[in-house]
Amino acid sequence: MKTASITMIIGSALLLGLFLFPLWSITLEAPQYPSGIGMYINLDGLEGHEKHDIQNIDGLNHYIGMRKLPKQDEMWEFSVFPKVIGGMAILGILIGLLGLFKKVSYKWFLGWLVLMTVLGVMGIFDFNAWMTDYGTHLDPKAIMKMTDADGNPLSYKPPLFGSRDILNFTAHSYPAIGAILMGIGMFLTFIAYIIGLKKTN
Amino acid sequence: MKTIQKLLLGLGAGLLLIGCGNNSKSDSGAMASSNAEKVYIAPGEHDEFYAFMSGGYSGNLTVYGLPSGRMFKEIPVFSQFPTNGYGYSEETKAMLNTSYGFVPWGDSHHPDISQTNGKLDGRWIFINENNTPRIARISLETFETEEIIEIPNSAGNHASSYVTENTEYVVAGTRFAVPNPQKDMPIDEMKGEFKGPLTFIKVDPEHGHMEIDFQINMPGFNYDLSHPGRDKSHGWFFFTSYNTEEAHSMLEVNASQNDKDFIAAVNWMKIKEYVENGGGTEVAGTYAHNIYDESTMMATTEMKEGVTSVDPRDVPGAVYYMPVPKSPHGIDVNPTGEYIIGNGKLSTQLSVYSFAKIEEAIKNKDFDGDAYGIPILKFESVLEGVVDSGGLGPLHTEFDGKGYGYTSFFISSEVVKWEVGTWKVVDRQPSFYSVGHLTIPGGNSREPFGKYMFSMNKITKDRYLPTGPELEHSAQLYDISGDKMQLLLDFPTHGEPHYAAAIPADLIKSKSKKYYDLEENNHKYAAKNESEGRVERKGNEVHIYTTTVRSHFSPDNIEGVKVGDKVYFHVTNLEQDFDVPHGFAMIGANTSEILVMPGQTKTIIWEPKREGVWPFYCTDFCSALHQEMQGYVRVSAKNSDTKLRWSLDDEWKE
Repeated sequence: MKTASITMIIGSALLLGLFLFPLWSITLEAPQYPSGIGMYINLDGLEGHEKHDIQNIDGLNHYIGMRKLPKQDEMWEFSVFPKVIGGMAILGILIGLLGLFKKVSYKWFLGWLVLMTVLGVMGIFDFNAWMTDYGTHLDPKAIMKMTDADGNPLSYKPPLFGSRDILNFTAHSYPAIGAILMGIGMFLTFIAYIIGLKKTN
Repeated sequence: MKTIQKLLLGLGAGLLLIGCGNNSKSDSGAMASSNAEKVYIAPGEHDEFYAFMSGGYSGNLTVYGLPSGRMFKEIPVFSQFPTNGYGYSEETKAMLNTSYGFVPWGDSHHPDISQTNGKLDGRWIFINENNTPRIARISLETFETEEIIEIPNSAGNHASSYVTENTEYVVAGTRFAVPNPQKDMPIDEMKGEFKGPLTFIKVDPEHGHMEIDFQINMPGFNYDLSHPGRDKSHGWFFFTSYNTEEAHSMLEVNASQNDKDFIAAVNWMKIKEYVENGGGTEVAGTYAHNIYDESTMMATTEMKEGVTSVDPRDVPGAVYYMPVPKSPHGIDVNPTGEYIIGNGKLSTQLSVYSFAKIEEAIKNKDFDGDAYGIPILKFESVLEGVVDSGGLGPLHTEFDGKGYGYTSFFISSEVVKWEVGTWKVVDRQPSFYSVGHLTIPGGNSREPFGKYMFSMNKITKDRYLPTGPELEHSAQLYDISGDKMQLLLDFPTHGEPHYAAAIPADLIKSKSKKYYDLEENNHKYAAKNESEGRVERKGNEVHIYTTTVRSHFSPDNIEGVKVGDKVYFHVTNLEQDFDVPHGFAMIGANTSEILVMPGQTKTIIWEPKREGVWPFYCTDFCSALHQEMQGYVRVSAKNSDTKLRWSLDDEWKE
């Protein structure tokens, strides 16, 4: 149980990486932006890859009537996400410690992982819904109004995961270090469960 | 569980994709055989060196890439520049102030890059103005002129603007001997009465700010070019002089009579100490000192009075003359600092002096008389060797750091390569035509980058498509990496490329500024966001605070301006992205346009002459809606009661 519990503690503690590193990264590429222009999605707000990228993305987006990117206090997610992640990390560490002192069984590790996965999936749904709204609700006075082959207004939603061509830009959307640490952490809690399972049997 | 594994796999794949940057870096040079390939820089790739060529009579400095020979920028320095409003905008007008008033033109000659321990450090470039003696300092972060200091009691500031090996000093020397102080006197009584002051300007090691430390009041010969000692000769400065005859008429003949003229060897360390200990006398001399502050974006002029003048005879051991054959032009010091090369432009030979021999001769008082009390070192005692090239009119020498010197020969139109130590010529190549100076990147420092050398030629006929009687001058790039020089490229230059300084691109490009941070914009009249756009009247002055972004001005309509008003357009560019300037031009303005860089504020004045509704617009193509980037000013009669109002975001404000 000792190895399993320590693995559980390390795994859930890796979530705290999200307080240091960004969760996601969206990059826009075009010939006139040879080194790309983009933003990081942090737990508590958006941040440009370079100092003024957010302002410059807003400047580009105004042609097609997109809103300005939300500031920290303009989205409830940016105040709730840190609490959820912080809470889950503390909970995971606590479960790990209790496991170390043989107060709880390894099954709690799995329980934590299931809860975390549910919360993660909810987060992804929320993120996707926001991007859909941001990319499709456009200013009716937009300078450029583009339509698809069927005459419907074009959606400028960035991909949830992967790359997509949007007009003259290619948008790349991928997890950043924080999310990768979180993924590794969650995997470790799964390992903790497996170790616990084997030791017990 | 499987979901989690898939998620992790996905994450891994994401990482791989992110890792796929474009690492394409072609290295086609290794196998290249033809000259065209050697100078070819593929689209999107960068040149290896920056070359800064003086514009001569354009008053400016131009920036080229090597080996491509492509011109990247013209930096306005001593001349008004309508392209971006330098010398026209309220911020930069003061840069061209002198003790003679506003001088809108200059004659820029010798750029020199700042050094640390005798090596190029890429912080600033200095350049002199010949006609109204001045020295400018240009930042190599912004490529903008930041400071100009006038040199009083001087005329024809030609022996300038070379820097010592830690940029302690930048010097100025007068090419035309003049009365010092200036006075009304008969010209034909000049002999012994005219003077040739050499000016030493201290450079602040942190900000680069210049300050005149002292002037050495030398005899009235014509001081032509100069070069600081390096390494072992650090602490000395060498100046060539011509017209030791002190002729004042028909100089072509009368100043070419002496078989030998002089190189002045100046121990500036000694004079610096002398001045620090209270030596020298305060003499009259009015001069302007203009500084551009990047934070307030404003240039200001301070008029200064008086300089410390040092009589060289009062500091024993500080100044000597060395004889040099016929009317020398360039004076050059090799990278070790041991050899000093005199280029006698009416001679066929180069005279090489040894620093060790100079020291020895001084110790032994090995003099050959004196000139106005300044000891003349015996020619034979200080001469180390002679480069007997067979060429005519040696002008200027640079070094490749591999033991060779390269000298331009004006009259015989050629570049001659010779070996330091044996003084033997090893190669010669013709130039097209009449080469003046030549440059090797870092060639006048302790660490030359001896891969390329370029010559700057005065005559261009038949090299390019003709453009009427007036042709741009020409530069020629030589590959000097092998035993023989190889002419690679001809390229036209702008103005008269009198001299150049060149530096590896890597020492500059990563530090080059991309835009000005709005947060650091402390311009008095900045409007830092669109809501600050407004119009204010103060008597007959109307101040319009306007902002620019792609693709509109805020405000874009202004009413209430009257004939006879003085309208100040304060334009702030709100963009915070590399290379997104906005321009501003007003119909009928008696100035120029302004180009406002991202984060910058610039002001230009318009004095409306006629009633009407007059448009202004953005001059720098900025976006798909650039044509729409415009506005109107309604001008009413002098005594009308049209209300002052402006439109902001489609609403009228007052």
